[in-house]
Amino acid sequence: MNIIEISKIVLGFIILLGTALSLVTSIGLIRLPDVYTRSHAASKSATLGVLLILFAAFLLFGINTGHLNARLFLAIVFLFLTAPVAGHLLSRAAYHSNVPLWEKSVEDDLKKRVLEKKQTEQA
Amino acid sequence: MKANNIILQTITKVVVFIIITFSIYLFFAGHYYPGGGFIGGLMTASALVLLLLAYDMETVKRVIPADFKIVTAVGLLIAVITGVGPMLSGLPFLTHAHDYVELPLLGKSGLTTAMLFDLGVYLVVIGITMTIIQTIGESD
Repeated sequence: MNIIEISKIVLGFIILLGTALSLVTSIGLIRLPDVYTRSHAASKSATLGVLLILFAAFLLFGINTGHLNARLFLAIVFLFLTAPVAGHLLSRAAYHSNVPLWEKSVEDDLKKRVLEKKQTEQA
Repeated sequence: MKANNIILQTITKVVVFIIITFSIYLFFAGHYYPGGGFIGGLMTASALVLLLLAYDMETVKRVIPADFKIVTAVGLLIAVITGVGPMLSGLPFLTHAHDYVELPLLGKSGLTTAMLFDLGVYLVVIGITMTIIQTIGESD
């Protein structure tokens, strides 16, 4: 077995891991109870899944054809930077438009902060 | 309550440079790879729209003090001039010249006047997209 055969096996495993993470994401989107837990599932595992697939594609082109594709690398950096911020903004927009937490949630620390801030602005 | 946008604004400062770099790459790669003036212009405009989302309109106008209607006009002018240029030497309208030139730093590179036409397309796309978005954003 030469390096190309070995890399195909390893990279195939990485791609399968990425698709499995994407599947976990979609199961999480269906199964989880409220917006915040769903955004937790969507932003974390989907990001890692896509990053793994892109990384495997990057290495596959690099090893098989000797062509290091900077665009794939740039896409990895870009998604790693932006996907969590998108999740943060979605959850924050949901919180500030009074989307309720799951009824079994026990603590809401942000609520205290928001109320304090409102009182200091009124005073 | 004043919104605290520090995460969005910090990430925007980093990401806008990546988007603009990629759009310029798309613009220059258009002759040999997928890309070109249209998609490059749209991506540059989308970087400016991201700035508009993270900051308010006055800040963006201060950072990029360009009247985008004039950008559109300059783009059209460049495209028309590259078309009219060959007519002066007796060739048909929009005849393009292509040649390999030794450039300092870059070495041997293929230069074509089709790139100037693409630059016109690029500027027109940026200008029109930003004009549409700024006009919609300003009307209350």
